[in-house]
Amino acid sequence: MIMAKVYITLKNGVLDPQGKAVQHSLESLGYKGVSDVRLGKYIELKLTDIHRRDAEERIKEMCERLLANTVIEDYRFEIEV
Amino acid sequence: MKFGVLVFPGSNCDHDCYHVIKHVLKEDVDFIWHKEERLLDYDCIIIPGGFSFGDYLRPGAISKFSPIMKEVIRFGKEGGLILGICNGFQILLESGIVQGTMMKNRSLRFICKDVYIRIEDSNTPFTNQMKRGDIIKIPIAHADGNYFADEETIRDIEENHQIVFRYSTSNGEIIDEANPNGSLQNIAGICNKEGNILGMMPHPERCSEKILGNDSGLMIFKSILKWTEGKR
Repeated sequence: MIMAKVYITLKNGVLDPQGKAVQHSLESLGYKGVSDVRLGKYIELKLTDIHRRDAEERIKEMCERLLANTVIEDYRFEIEV
Repeated sequence: MKFGVLVFPGSNCDHDCYHVIKHVLKEDVDFIWHKEERLLDYDCIIIPGGFSFGDYLRPGAISKFSPIMKEVIRFGKEGGLILGICNGFQILLESGIVQGTMMKNRSLRFICKDVYIRIEDSNTPFTNQMKRGDIIKIPIAHADGNYFADEETIRDIEENHQIVFRYSTSNGEIIDEANPNGSLQNIAGICNKEGNILGMMPHPERCSEKILGNDSGLMIFKSILKWTEGKR
C-alpha cells in the first residue's frame, strides 16, 4: 500500500482572508512577529493496487482534476510506501 | 418552451426555480436528478443554488463529476441555454464552463441580504428584457461568492463583453462599498464567450413575484423565454 500526503495551498499573490483572520487572532493573543499566515488543506490518501513508479503520475492527475483548484491553488505531495 | 432544473443532493433552490417557471412564467419544467445520463428536448437548463454535496472540498467541486454534467456540457456546447445560480454558478466555474473561480467572502461570513446589481450587457439570452445600465434589487445568499480570476482572464472577459452583472449602489455606481463579498471588479455574473451560458451569484428565483415584495428577478426568466421564442 502507498500512502500519500497532499498539501494544497493558495497561490502566492492570492489574498487569504482566513489566514489574515488567524494572524490577527494570534496577534491579539500576544504573539508578536507573526508576519504572515496562510491556510491550506491537508489530504491523506491510501492507495492500493498501484506500483510506486506509477503513483506519482496518478496522484498528480487526482490533484489536477479534483483535489486542487488550480486557478488559485498550488499542490505538492509526499509518497510513503 | 421547456426548462430543466438540475437536482443534486444538497440543492435547495431547485423548488423555487421550478415554482417560478411553472406557476409564474407558466412554462413547462422538469426536475432532473444528477444521476441521469440523458437530457430530453430542453430549451434551457437551470443549475440551482444550494449546497450540492455539502460544499465538500470546494463548492461545486464534487458536483462537476455527476453523470448529468457530461450531458449539460454537451448541451451548452451545442448552444443550449444554461443558467447557473449561486451554487450553480460555482458548479459552472469548477467545470471550467465559465472562467474564474470563487473564494470565500472577504468578510469570511455567509451573507444573506438584498443587494443592487447593474445590468452591464442587455444583448444576452438572459437580460434582453432589461436595458444596459438598469439597476435591480436582488437577494444574495452565499459564503463563497468572491469572484477571482487572473489578470489575463479578467481582461479577456471584459473585452468579450462577458460581464453581465456588477454589484452597484442603488444609483448604479460601481464602488467598493457596493461590493458585498470582495469580487474582482464587483462581478456578480458572467457568461461564456458564446453568451449562451450565464453564471450569477444573486437569486432571481427569490424575487420573481409581487407578493414577495420584489419581482425584478422575473425579467431574467422572461428574457430567456423571449430569446427562445425569437429563435423559433
